[in-house]
Amino acid sequence: MSELPPFLLFFAAALLAAFTRGLPRQLILLATPVVTGLYLWQGINPGTDVAYSVMGYELSILRADKLSLLFGYLFCIASFFGAIYALHVEDTKQHIAGMTYAGSALGAVFSGDLITLFIFWELLAISSVFLIWARGTERALKAGMRYLVYQVLSGVLLLAGALVYYHQTGTLEFNHIGLDVGVAGWLIFIAFGIKCAFPFLHTWLTDGYPEATVTGTVFLSAFTTKVAVYSLARGFAGEEILVYIGVTMACFPIFYAVIENDLRRVLAYSLINQVGFMVTGIGIGTALALNGAVAHAFSDVIFKGLLFMSMGAVLYRVGNINGSDLGGLYKSMPKTTALCVIGALSISAFPLFSGFVSKSMVMTALMQENHGYFWLLMLFASAGVFHHAGIKIPYFAFFHHDSGIRTQEAPTNMLVAMSVAAFLCLFIGMQPQYLYALLPWEVDYWPYDLTHVLAQTQLLFFSALAFVWLNKQGLYPPELHSVNLDAEWFYRRLIPAGTHRTVNFLQRAKASMVTTVTNQIQGMQEQFGKSPLAKYHLSESWPTGSMVFWISIILAFLLLDIFSLGPLA
Amino acid sequence: MSDEKEKIHIFDRQENVDRLLKGFYAICILLVVLDLVLHRHIGFAWEKLPAFYAVYGFVACVLLVVIAKKMRNVLMRGEDYYDE
Repeated sequence: MSELPPFLLFFAAALLAAFTRGLPRQLILLATPVVTGLYLWQGINPGTDVAYSVMGYELSILRADKLSLLFGYLFCIASFFGAIYALHVEDTKQHIAGMTYAGSALGAVFSGDLITLFIFWELLAISSVFLIWARGTERALKAGMRYLVYQVLSGVLLLAGALVYYHQTGTLEFNHIGLDVGVAGWLIFIAFGIKCAFPFLHTWLTDGYPEATVTGTVFLSAFTTKVAVYSLARGFAGEEILVYIGVTMACFPIFYAVIENDLRRVLAYSLINQVGFMVTGIGIGTALALNGAVAHAFSDVIFKGLLFMSMGAVLYRVGNINGSDLGGLYKSMPKTTALCVIGALSISAFPLFSGFVSKSMVMTALMQENHGYFWLLMLFASAGVFHHAGIKIPYFAFFHHDSGIRTQEAPTNMLVAMSVAAFLCLFIGMQPQYLYALLPWEVDYWPYDLTHVLAQTQLLFFSALAFVWLNKQGLYPPELHSVNLDAEWFYRRLIPAGTHRTVNFLQRAKASMVTTVTNQIQGMQEQFGKSPLAKYHLSESWPTGSMVFWISIILAFLLLDIFSLGPLA
Repeated sequence: MSDEKEKIHIFDRQENVDRLLKGFYAICILLVVLDLVLHRHIGFAWEKLPAFYAVYGFVACVLLVVIAKKMRNVLMRGEDYYDE
């Protein structure tokens, strides 16, 4: 039984989803994650390794250890609430894409070698883009295209890196790689970095995710970046540069999140911020930090899923997700509001909520390794998370001033999906020992002590106080219809505009050059026509025949010269 | 920030908002008092400052918002900037 790679169950479900409709399809979509999850839990033991060989290469399609299993369980949970949330959707291609996408994520985390990883890496890219395109708008189409370019580029780098790595080390096994192996290490590192949304490589995420369908974004937020986090944890644990990258990722998006109007884009920025905590943990590389990184990935998929679901429900009911146009929705969507607030408290890492038990491990690890300034920056980022994701999201959507919008509560299936995620947020937060038991590295850690709880509560309450104070003073920036320039400006504006200008410039230059030269020639001809030389017969226009005649005479002369006197020497 | 109690239009009444804020301020004060009474473990020297986390959280968020507002001057464009 344990020979069967779990991704096959999802791929089979994707196939079945194409041929079924209505209730049977809904049952398939719901059963697949549950069955796969149970299979992972009961049927696959850490240490399983199923190899196959292709063209003389030994590849491993199912390599299970505690690290891959943890992500396996997580992806089953995410696709379970994702499937419930999308139960009302009738669009077949979204279901196929969703199942293939989730299956590819499972395939990737159970890949034992770089080539198998590459295959699932590309499948992730191709299947997920349909969740963006399915929105059907012009914007979604273009954003999906840009998204795809990034994702495929990441795959190409991974393949190139894998080949160079094989050339250098003679193995394709996917274990610790590190940056010391040179070019191969860097190629793979950047491939992972693109999917992980490293700074300057992150715009596919903030560009693409908010353009996807209501249900698609829930799937998108769960898999791609977390597969990348898994890959970094396996391949590059303890690389110091990751601490710098992670801290940057945790800090810069919160500024954007404060001034962003599209609330799903706010969540996309906050996703990068949360992945920053994971990347930092991986960079620190101690057992506690690595456990913290993967535990935080676990919590994040659930609370970020919950937040995206609640904002999706608003978008579904109201047809708009701009903070500037919403407000007062708690009156018509009280359940969604309450569930959103649970997600907001979890991402803010309030004690008793899931973010607290995982993020504190990374913070403690920073402290243990004496990274004082990084610790301060991460504390700043923690306060910032609460500010933009914890307060801003629920506040501008559900409270704030009354926008006058009256709508219905979210559909039942969405409420159930959100409740499942909210329950898990609370369960992990209150009973963290079950999550801790799944963590790959052996560490004795317990988050609930007086210092942690008091410190975190103070930090959060006074962040909230700052929000209240800024609002009362009228200093809080209003939500505005706008676009904020980010790294994408380079390829969406600078390069196209630059190309446009260059082409224009060259065209103008060509035109003026042609005119100048023609005028010159005309002038010369006129001058020549007036001169006495014009009467001379060589200056008349010759027929081609006479030219050929003269050339053959010259050639004949040259031939004679070469044969009689030897080469001209 | 919120709680969905008995009735839906709970925050339409100003006194409810005031009540919520008063409760919130009370908790803030309580947290500072607790910080002075209880003993926290200290990892870094700056944690020794009384109510370090409270001050840091407040200052961090004010700075965050002030800087983000300034960023708007440079970064903000019309909604269909990229569609033009």
